[in-house]
Amino acid sequence: MSLYALWGHKLRAVLTTLGITIGVFTVGSVTAIIEGLNASFADQISNLGSDVFYVSRHAWFSGYDGWLKSQKYKIIDVNTAEYIYDNAEYVEATSPMIRRRANLKYKEKSMEGIEITGVNHMMPIIEGTEISEGRFFSPFDVRHRKNVVVIGENVRKEFFPNTAAVGEKISIKGHKFLIIGLFEKKGKMLFNDLDSRVQIPYLTFKKLIERDNRGATIAVKSIHPDLLAEAEDEVHNLMRINRGLHPTEDDDFAINQMNTLMDLYNQMTGFLWAVAIGIGSISLVVGGIGVMNIMLVSVAERTREIGIRKSIGATRQKILFQFLIESMVVCSIGVITGLLLATATALLIQNFTPLAAKVPANWGILGAGVVLIVGVIFGMWPANRAAKLDPIDALRY
Amino acid sequence: MTVDSNNVLINFNDIYRTYYMGAEVINALNGVSLEIRKNEYISIMGPSGSGKSTLMNIIGCLDTPTAGVYQFESQVVCDLTGDSIVKMNDNELAKIRNKKIGFVFQTFNLLPRATALQNVELPLIYAGIPKSERREKAMYSLEKVGLLDRATHKPSELSGGQRQRVAIARALVNSPSIILADEPTGNLDSETSKEIMEFLDELHSQNNTVILVTHEPDIAKHAARVIQILDGKIDSDIRKADLVN
Repeated sequence: MSLYALWGHKLRAVLTTLGITIGVFTVGSVTAIIEGLNASFADQISNLGSDVFYVSRHAWFSGYDGWLKSQKYKIIDVNTAEYIYDNAEYVEATSPMIRRRANLKYKEKSMEGIEITGVNHMMPIIEGTEISEGRFFSPFDVRHRKNVVVIGENVRKEFFPNTAAVGEKISIKGHKFLIIGLFEKKGKMLFNDLDSRVQIPYLTFKKLIERDNRGATIAVKSIHPDLLAEAEDEVHNLMRINRGLHPTEDDDFAINQMNTLMDLYNQMTGFLWAVAIGIGSISLVVGGIGVMNIMLVSVAERTREIGIRKSIGATRQKILFQFLIESMVVCSIGVITGLLLATATALLIQNFTPLAAKVPANWGILGAGVVLIVGVIFGMWPANRAAKLDPIDALRY
Repeated sequence: MTVDSNNVLINFNDIYRTYYMGAEVINALNGVSLEIRKNEYISIMGPSGSGKSTLMNIIGCLDTPTAGVYQFESQVVCDLTGDSIVKMNDNELAKIRNKKIGFVFQTFNLLPRATALQNVELPLIYAGIPKSERREKAMYSLEKVGLLDRATHKPSELSGGQRQRVAIARALVNSPSIILADEPTGNLDSETSKEIMEFLDELHSQNNTVILVTHEPDIAKHAARVIQILDGKIDSDIRKADLVN
């Protein structure tokens, strides 16, 4: 019954709550994006394995300067993988990784700019990938520089939508390659589409694809996740020996692990959170002041009504609650609009970008919390003002 | 003037209401003593500024005196004599207004966006009466004023007389101890005024206590007892029965 006054001023109420809408929308969409990232990121970590690390010239995320410095170091030769594998105790598998983008062709169809990776036969163990059809290449294929390739689901779909892929030949940079296996469908992870993977023996890669020698990254899997540190230590020493470093010299390589990525990810999402909470709370305060303003206007407009209500027996608390509820209703208009917009945004992101945005289940709680807090905090003063009105003065108004 | 004390509804003992406006001291009520019994029909008269509105506000528990003793039924609304100050708090006053007093105002004072029925229901909401009972009582009250067929109309869709009757229905709905009508015909034409006054007369004949505040002698003469207020004091207090005798 106390709400009928609101309906008389629908437009006013909606405009007032714009600040709250924006605040809730900002926090809501960022939450959706981060939740989505979290879901796919957890996937990626488990996929790449917590027992895997990568040896390369430059440390990941060391910035432009770090990268620039690393460019002066000797490149890491593909043979380093074998050297580590032969000499390390705590290492289960190693593989060089060399990458180039190239065009793929099958009959008239072509795919452009696909990343081709040259690896050895141990790569599936390191990456934890499964072969759904056919087989991965053997040490023999690698050693004899066979033109064989294992492709991911996206390539299969493009070239062989209805026919068997294994046994067919595709051309990579003009060279024919026999498809010997298919990677099991994996889906998207963070910014990578794992189903676009195309792997060939690294020696074949060096022979046919790589014209210049840009060096390799060495992927290393420790024998157990608990022994990752030992394996890293061991590989670190082996690398120094392999690269002939004097004890006084600094490393000219880096050992990178997923933790580094995790740290960066946390930093990134932390920053997003900070921005979202910053914008969100500023908008909520602005929106709250709007609500307070509109409530003050409402109290002033309805002074006489308050007088009438008091004269027929409304207590201060009843008047206070009436206006607090009204203030919360005004807030909830903003919150619901904001949440609807954020949901729409999350769905748009889900469907039209590679990012996976998730609509968190706890949005209802978030919304109710905002309604309660903003509604009560900013409604309290006007409501209290209404409650304290003198009935005689209010009736005379 | 001592009558059966069980019948005493309102007892004013040397009531003052003093306003301070800057350095000026205004005694709106200047020592009023008064006793009102059940089923009386009283009109309070006086020129504007005489203090009759203040008197009505205090009787109606909208305002409280600054000195004196006010007893409503057997409850002390306030006792400001001597050292011990007894005063009802806001909630207690609100409760008396809600349960014991039915206000009828010159300007009707209905909620403009609520229907007649919702307006009549409002005191019952504040009394915490459950919805179905509320509806029933409000409908009964509207029936008494002959406006059952206008229950879903808003005040703007009703004539002045009908609005005042809705206000009376609202005043009656909680079965109050007194009906307090402040210039109930002030905004009505003479024909409608007559109708409303006849209705108040009827309420009195049904054992209700009615207090009228007015400056119109024609209206005042409906009452059996006329109290004249002048300069915050009772100027005269005449019962018709006394006149007849």
